[in-house]
Amino acid sequence: MSILVNKNTRVVVQGITGKEGSFHAAQCKAYGTQVVAGVTPGKAGQEVEGIPVFNTVRDAVKKAQCDTSLIFVPPPFCADAILEAAEAGIKLIICITEGIPVNDMVKVKRALRGKDVRLIGPNCPGVITVDEAKIGIMPGFIHKKGVVGVVSRSGTLTYEAVHQLTTMGLGETTCVGIGGDPVNGTGFVDVLALFEKDPETQAIVMIGEIGGDAEEKAAEFIKKNVKKPVVSFIAGITAPPGRRMGHAGAIISGGKGTATEKMKALEAAGVRVVKNPAEIGNAVKVALGR
Amino acid sequence: MNVHEFQAKQLFGQFGVPVPRGKEITSPEAGAAWAAELNTPVFVVKAQIHAGGRGKAGGVKITKDKAAVPGLVKELIGKTLVTHQTGPKGREVRRLLIEEGAAIAKELYVSLLVDRDSGWPVFIASTEGGMEIEEVAAHKPEKIIREAIDPAVGFQSYNGRNVAFALGLPAMEPAVVTPFIQMLGNLYRLFMEKNAAMVEINPLVITSDKKLIALDGKVSFDDNALFRHADVQQMRDLNEEDPLEIEAGESNLNYIKLDGNIACMVNGAGLAMATMDVIKLAGSEPANFLDVGGGATKETVAAGFRILLKDPNVKGIFINIFGGIVRCERIAHGVIEAAKEVKINVPLVVRLQGTNADEGRKLLAESGLKLEVANDLWEAAQKIVKLTGKAA
Repeated sequence: MSILVNKNTRVVVQGITGKEGSFHAAQCKAYGTQVVAGVTPGKAGQEVEGIPVFNTVRDAVKKAQCDTSLIFVPPPFCADAILEAAEAGIKLIICITEGIPVNDMVKVKRALRGKDVRLIGPNCPGVITVDEAKIGIMPGFIHKKGVVGVVSRSGTLTYEAVHQLTTMGLGETTCVGIGGDPVNGTGFVDVLALFEKDPETQAIVMIGEIGGDAEEKAAEFIKKNVKKPVVSFIAGITAPPGRRMGHAGAIISGGKGTATEKMKALEAAGVRVVKNPAEIGNAVKVALGR
Repeated sequence: MNVHEFQAKQLFGQFGVPVPRGKEITSPEAGAAWAAELNTPVFVVKAQIHAGGRGKAGGVKITKDKAAVPGLVKELIGKTLVTHQTGPKGREVRRLLIEEGAAIAKELYVSLLVDRDSGWPVFIASTEGGMEIEEVAAHKPEKIIREAIDPAVGFQSYNGRNVAFALGLPAMEPAVVTPFIQMLGNLYRLFMEKNAAMVEINPLVITSDKKLIALDGKVSFDDNALFRHADVQQMRDLNEEDPLEIEAGESNLNYIKLDGNIACMVNGAGLAMATMDVIKLAGSEPANFLDVGGGATKETVAAGFRILLKDPNVKGIFINIFGGIVRCERIAHGVIEAAKEVKINVPLVVRLQGTNADEGRKLLAESGLKLEVANDLWEAAQKIVKLTGKAA
């Protein structure tokens, strides 16, 4: 078992003929992911790393039976690409693209409401179920099959946590990057619920950062619904207010969204909050009584 | 991206949001000419900087005497204003907004931004205009009215009525109810069409002659959408930004200057923040946030070094790279090349992990450069703090 993706997941890569798209399509395929189609309008008939390219997602779904999309389309056209995937019947859309205008995501989120489709991201590293499917840009080799589910707003900071879990022999089940944008698809709460139900996942690592109140919402949810141990780190305790720290969503505005507030809320919900990101792996070990 | 009040008001004007007659002024002569043209009972001279709290800092002057206007311009231009938002160094005033005064009967508050949780734009309104909205939210939360707008259909009149009635506007001044609802619709249009991140009017005033007017205005824009708006890009005022941050932006680096002594260079925003946090935990303070991004090359590393070393407060540099797509040996080459170009005269700790980390560490160790290599995040942070003379 795992969450969201596994070895049967059939992936279409939107923007596959671009520099990023072609590189990562090949990387995902090499990891063992079933990358069965690519889409770039006007380039049907071509192949990228042995993957057939179609003009539209609709064609890809019809001819290659894909159920999941991985998106590398540039920001100005990305909202369009997400909506195209949803309309074509894709059930899981993983959007890597960074820099999509917020108002574009406002419209996308509204359009997806009530539809049988899940969006992960944008501005995220993607999803990996260890040894089954890598649908994203994370380095596969740092992962090791194990017992910890990881959910995070960040990319490289997630790799840092994964590296610790792997080195300590704990390993991971599935790692989900929900992205660093202010308006995104799937949030912490949805992923926590999936991990709680997943029999292979024994502990959860949740990596948050300044800005918004997603961590506070997650804390409320954990208090009521999560029995498995949760370890959390919140980045940005030293970040100044009013400045966007790289991620569009990482900003303390109007005194709201500070790391301290989030840590407090999580601690009150019984989460083991570590102040030092180098301690994430160790805290999980302790939580699991190993 | 932030813009000045006078620019926000120009946009308001374009979108049918009522503003006082006013003009951007940079010299006493222009001030005199505009005062003559404006010919109003009360002149308001307002310093234009990208920070709030201008009034308290002496950046807003009011006079009934037309002849006094050039003197006020002379007094304010070149003056450094220190407000709670500028930091202790303050901000130099380079331009003013001179406008007609208004006879205020009542002050309101209105803003519009995207609620991150629902992903819907939401109006925030209050009868407590003229105060900082954070203060109102903290002490009188019942005075805050929220109205979410369904982005599928956009602003509807009922949204406006909901806000107007919740504010008690019909009882306060019935003549302004319809203009108020129209104004909210116009603000929504501005917000969506120009990809604003926030629009705020504080105070929005009802005048003694029953008119509605935006006495102050603040607009910030979504940086990710600036490519769609050449007109908005032109409003950027580089004087309001840190020179090192401007230089970093030109090299596609994400840099924010802070007040500490330990500079850091990291790939990824989350890891960059976490690196700042461990510097603090190890007993020092970060000098900056610097994310070199997923596609870091030799050139970006070199550009990063140049920027970090221009900050005179920097006493040590901590490079923290978790190689994923970025390969550590490339970063190592970048560090070695950059160290040849840019003279690094402060301690340097490099921590490489992930793709080709061993190879990268080996290259650095054999380079003959004066630097310390580390494997682990915490070990690296303690090393750099120790090297700069503070105990962990």
